Amino acid sequence: MASDNKRVKGDVLLEMKGLKIDGKSDDQWNPIIKGIDLTLRRGEVLGLIGESGAGKSTLGLAGMGFARPGCRISAGSIVFDGIDLIAASDEQRRALWGSRIAYVAQSAAASFNPAHHIIDQTIETALSHNIMPRDKAEADARDLYKRLQLPNPDTIGLRFPHQVSGGQLQRAMTAMAMSCRPDLIIFDEPTTALDVTTQVEVLAAMRDIVEQFNTAAIYITHDLAVVAQMAHRIMVLRYGNLVEEAPTRQMLKQPTQDYTKSLWAVRKLEKRESPSDDIVLSIKNVDASYGNATTKVLDDVTVKIPRGRTVAVVGESGSGKSTLARAITGLLPPSRGEILFNGKPLPATLGARDKDILRRIQMIYQSADTALNPRHQVRDIIGRPLEFYLGFKGAERDRKVVELLESIELNESYIDRYPSEMSGGQKQRVSIARALAAGPEVIICDEVTSALDQIVQEEILRLLMKLQKDTNVTYLFITHDIATVRAIADEIVVMHKGKVVQQGLKSKVLNPPYPAYTELLLSSVPQMDPDWLTGLLTKRSKAKAIA
Amino acid sequence: MTDTSLSPRMIKARRTFMENVVRTLKTAPLSAWFGMVVILIYALAALFAPWIAPHGEAEILGRANLPSSADTILGTDQLGRDIFSRLIFGARNTIGIALITTLISFFLGGSLGVLAALKRGWLDQGISRVVDAFLAIPVLIFALMMLAVVGKSIINLIIILALLDATRVFRLARAVALNAVVMDYVESAKLRGEGMGWIVFKEIVPNILPPLITEFGLRFCFVFLTIAALSFLGVGVQPPTADWGSMVAENKTLINFPVHTFPYIPVPFYPAGAIALLTVAVNFVVDWFLHRTSGLRDGK
Repeated sequence: MASDNKRVKGDVLLEMKGLKIDGKSDDQWNPIIKGIDLTLRRGEVLGLIGESGAGKSTLGLAGMGFARPGCRISAGSIVFDGIDLIAASDEQRRALWGSRIAYVAQSAAASFNPAHHIIDQTIETALSHNIMPRDKAEADARDLYKRLQLPNPDTIGLRFPHQVSGGQLQRAMTAMAMSCRPDLIIFDEPTTALDVTTQVEVLAAMRDIVEQFNTAAIYITHDLAVVAQMAHRIMVLRYGNLVEEAPTRQMLKQPTQDYTKSLWAVRKLEKRESPSDDIVLSIKNVDASYGNATTKVLDDVTVKIPRGRTVAVVGESGSGKSTLARAITGLLPPSRGEILFNGKPLPATLGARDKDILRRIQMIYQSADTALNPRHQVRDIIGRPLEFYLGFKGAERDRKVVELLESIELNESYIDRYPSEMSGGQKQRVSIARALAAGPEVIICDEVTSALDQIVQEEILRLLMKLQKDTNVTYLFITHDIATVRAIADEIVVMHKGKVVQQGLKSKVLNPPYPAYTELLLSSVPQMDPDWLTGLLTKRSKAKAIA
Repeated sequence: MTDTSLSPRMIKARRTFMENVVRTLKTAPLSAWFGMVVILIYALAALFAPWIAPHGEAEILGRANLPSSADTILGTDQLGRDIFSRLIFGARNTIGIALITTLISFFLGGSLGVLAALKRGWLDQGISRVVDAFLAIPVLIFALMMLAVVGKSIINLIIILALLDATRVFRLARAVALNAVVMDYVESAKLRGEGMGWIVFKEIVPNILPPLITEFGLRFCFVFLTIAALSFLGVGVQPPTADWGSMVAENKTLINFPVHTFPYIPVPFYPAGAIALLTVAVNFVVDWFLHRTSGLRDGK
């Protein structure tokens, strides 16, 4: 162990006072963090939440005395265990990093070097800081793998990063951070890229190990329910300012600030379901596969989609939900089965469909950044389908574009903008307008809200619902987020490994009795209750014991 | 914001091309201005050569190798023609040929490259392998051989150099287009039912323009130098047509003259300097353009 500090819970470990950080853009310094005080005691887990751009990652990194390139710490103090991190030399800071302060990044897959064994990377810091000899470090790493409940802890370290799953890699990264038994770990959105079912395991493992070693942690996330499981205390940030700070339970029960309350409210959005028998799109016994036909990505999928309703397709990554969308749009012709559109068979390939069929089925993508051509103005992005399908030209076209902009609650000044001149939510609105411009019957929404902040998510979902009311358009809504499903769906299709596990009205699918997979999926969705994770784990271990 | 009672009303019109040009020019740095001014002077010289030049392209004024005088600013060459006039006519030939060649090679190589990236499969394989075969042969040698086969003429020169250069452009265009064709906006255009022409020229090309423009600047200079080299070797632009490359070739022996014949030493440097200056100017402008299109849209 590097430090011989007494690990007494309650001592102040990290203290920031009046911290201000500036970021450089357009050749001038703009404040990112506008004066924040932060105190962290030993063994305490502090949750930082806020939307993107709130400054939570910047603040987290400041806990290491680090400012990203293009940022500078302009005022305030950061004291870590009596060491002034701002005054410290680069060398002093580097001696702390890895050994006494560790960092766990969002994407473990991007942080591991694909060319080295996992165990060599796990113990790298311990060796380079000369904390322990190699054999001891390796034994310790195996012990950590075991504590983090990784399968085959003795041999998993000999694999390469691409040979383990995303959730396992994220736990291996936690082991890497733990290898020097740091006093402080900074977790920066460590589970955001994971499926809900995997997220549960990772959260449980991280929480246990932090408790076992009495490590202090800063946990950065935009997901309230997750932070509720992990943190003792929560700080809500917005625009670089502290909005509210309170112990977790108190914060969840009685948030005092309006902004905090609005964060809480998002999860309460819920559409009343309404059944319908008017089927617009019917997928019958469809099989599909990529490349060689041996592995089916879709296996005998049958789904009925009623007109003017929202059907949510849920499942973890690899369940085939996006492939289903590709089969419907004609990008991936099914190898078996047929798709009926308004009762008539839909040609399997894109080339065989006429313009009118193409017009009736539109698609909205997850990331508006890649779905909108960065070199086209809004005028052309929305105007093109108007011109292409409906023959509007010149001033007539412009007028229609403005009408569409108004329907998505943007004003006409946006008509000259390029995608880079808009926020994420605005870009997603423009994608929606592009789909609407064609006057479609069915819109396929592929994870359209998952790249957005919660408040923006809610706005987009409300907009989609409003548009459905106005135009009676049908949505096929692909998502992995159960809260979104609750908000928008009439019917739900649960998919797992290319098969449909369950299909039915929202009230039926989201209430017992569940098929086993639906139950696993639903129970893995973090709740706003701080005892949820503990409760779930005891329930699952009991069930295992009975089995 | 959703108040529609004000309609009908005027919707802000699209900015015209000229307005965009003016907006863009306002942001140009000094080096780009220098480049643009030089290019403009060259272009004017090339366009109005017969009116600017004091003497004819092949007009023999009398004695050879005269030093500069009031009538012949830069003196006369080895046949007694006015060097200054020939430089001006040379701009027309050299730049004209290089520009046409580069434009053809970019249209050909660029569109085939994007198409290959978009279609993949046998089309990509077919074109790519042919291009690989061409890339294996040095340009100058290949051009020399082809010119020997089809005969020396300006049209042949342009076609051969354009085809050879298109192979280089193809490789670059294909490589950068491969990154663009996987973007969702291309898929979205396919789903809309757009034709190949729209997808290539409206969706992909605008996004791969920065590297292509840089390449254009470089290629233009390379073609320019290749033509000069071919002329120097005697198979490019044929006398008495003035061309900077052949002018250097014709006067190259003057460099060897002893110092007491000083007035003649700079003669081969006039056309060489003209080549160098234009190359630098083009690259200044290209650099600025590249910075503007690839960087953030700052300082609008």
